[in-house]
Amino acid sequence: MISVAWKSLRSRWSTALLALLAIAMSVALILTVEKIRRDARTSFTQTVSGTDLIIGARSGSVQLLLYSVFRIGNATSNISWESVEDIKSRNAIDWVIPLSLGDSHAGFRVLGTNLDYFEHYRYADKRALSLASGKHFDDVFDAVIGSEVASQLRYEVGDNIVVAHGTGSVALVEHDQQPFTVSGILEPTGTPVDRAIHVSLQGIEAMHIDWRNGATVKGEGTSAETIRNMELKPTAVTALLVGLKSRATVFREQRAINTYREEPLLAILPGVALQELWGLVSVAENALMIVSVFVVIAGLVNLMSVLLSGLNERRREMAVLRSVGARPAHVFLLLCIESALLAIGGIIAGLVLHYLIVGAGSFYLQDRFGLAVPLTLPQQADIQILVGVAFAGLIAGMIPALQAYRKSLADGLSQKV
Amino acid sequence: MTPSPTMRSANTPVNGTRDSAQTIVQLKDVQFAWGNHAQPVLAIDDFSISRGEHVFLQGSSGSGKTTLLSLIAAVLSPQSGEIIIDGQPLALLRRSQRDQFRVDHIGLVFQQFNLLPFLSVADNVQLSCRFSAERKKRAGSKGLSLDQETDRLLSAMRLSPDEIRHRTTSELSVGQQQRVAVARALIGQPPLVIADEPTSSLDSDSREAFLELLFSEADTAGSTLLFVSHDASLADSFDRSINLSEINTAATRSVYLGELQ
Repeated sequence: MISVAWKSLRSRWSTALLALLAIAMSVALILTVEKIRRDARTSFTQTVSGTDLIIGARSGSVQLLLYSVFRIGNATSNISWESVEDIKSRNAIDWVIPLSLGDSHAGFRVLGTNLDYFEHYRYADKRALSLASGKHFDDVFDAVIGSEVASQLRYEVGDNIVVAHGTGSVALVEHDQQPFTVSGILEPTGTPVDRAIHVSLQGIEAMHIDWRNGATVKGEGTSAETIRNMELKPTAVTALLVGLKSRATVFREQRAINTYREEPLLAILPGVALQELWGLVSVAENALMIVSVFVVIAGLVNLMSVLLSGLNERRREMAVLRSVGARPAHVFLLLCIESALLAIGGIIAGLVLHYLIVGAGSFYLQDRFGLAVPLTLPQQADIQILVGVAFAGLIAGMIPALQAYRKSLADGLSQKV
Repeated sequence: MTPSPTMRSANTPVNGTRDSAQTIVQLKDVQFAWGNHAQPVLAIDDFSISRGEHVFLQGSSGSGKTTLLSLIAAVLSPQSGEIIIDGQPLALLRRSQRDQFRVDHIGLVFQQFNLLPFLSVADNVQLSCRFSAERKKRAGSKGLSLDQETDRLLSAMRLSPDEIRHRTTSELSVGQQQRVAVARALIGQPPLVIADEPTSSLDSDSREAFLELLFSEADTAGSTLLFVSHDASLADSFDRSINLSEINTAATRSVYLGELQ
């Protein structure tokens, strides 16, 4: 029976191929949407780990989360260094990582921080950052770059880089008087860390010494030697990542910071802010998922219409089969096998297409958004989707099969042309 | 259609009575009407075919020839009357049993489109053996394998097995296709072979040759032949010739209706 169905399909390969392609594309789409959704979540969730509170100037919690950790968007205002000192001195607080953003180099963000960043920052499953080569910064003009920065710009330890003000890829003002030197390159993490250039807070101050009111001071500028001898003290930072001695105190500390009198500050719990973010994103996700589901349905309807429209031409085939002893049940089965073959073929082709899309698209996503979308084996959710599509394909095939069954009963051996 | 307590299995025709030993097709008081029409298109009081006979059934188009064949082939059931094929009253068979009975006992050849275009010649010839273990068994009864028997039948039909065995049937001429169809109808030696206008798409020369092959192979297989055509000129070659209008008492009233179908 299967070989008859297969040969029959092969003889109508062009329409069969179209039906298969429609299913393949819809399967590829739904798998890709599902994968990006899942990987975006993982990517975001893995970026921040082990941080109890994120503190920034008062704004929205999602906004603070986005610009401090994911480097999406910009801060509206800063935290003064006095407040940072205040927060640091609180008893409950174990460590504080200052983050100073606002500069860029060749489209990559420059992050001003201190050595606590390398010691306390955790990503994924509480993994610490480690150096692939070189060492952490210990000079004002040292920079530690993420793996993406290194690979895309082909930087090695010892290279000089020039930092620009502003975060666009075409910066208006270049701090070219104060070139930085790559002192270390980090191992890949699959988080925005890969796309950051880390310098000390003093480094950030240093590159702004000759910068006043949106323009560089005319003339020679200050030499690197002079700057090294200056006492550079940061005046403000963009955000703080905070670790507490005990997680139990997290709400008390959050309250204390939110009601801090000297400056309007906002403290957020990363997990809670992420949930808030998912709440926002899920609307778009659901819309995308619904569209994908409809595309799958369209693919299945197409399968059905291909089988149904073929039925009339194939009444003779059915009559011949009946004359050699095929029962109506055999005719029914034949059509079911056909649709199953098409659905399964479509699913396999869809999987292949999905991997091609992900393989080709992951570079772009990594490059543009720092989103890690690795090739992975189908997850349980994917398998559920595939089984669902196969099942729906079988159902879609049942309707033409039932038609063929009825027709072969009514037609009997007469060969209506 | 009252089920008899001594219902016979489809696979074991009973040859006990003299009647069924001699007669392969027997119709008694059969009436058939399409759907809800009160007017029967077929009303046959008594019609029978003896074993081994070559019977020519003539009828103009629309006279109910195909309907009669469908009744004999157990595709359609009459509203009343009895049809006994190879000793088996068809009314005693359930629908699935009738399908099995058909493939076990009857080889069919149509006017055209006999073959599945996507299967090879050999696959087409062996089709009924896919559905009937009995046909398959009988095909191998001479100690030949199914493929050897296929080749033998193709050779007997003056087709060169080596050349066409693996070709698809769409590559064959109409005459070749009809001969492949006969080979398929004859494989596994069905007791009854029904041919419905098999020659109407052939020219007159190949028609003669085709009939000759059909007769000789039907005899070799021991099959009774029921041949239906509107072309009365073929009748001479047969043992017996019947005009459907002679046996169909409904014909006068319902030719018109039948044509509407």
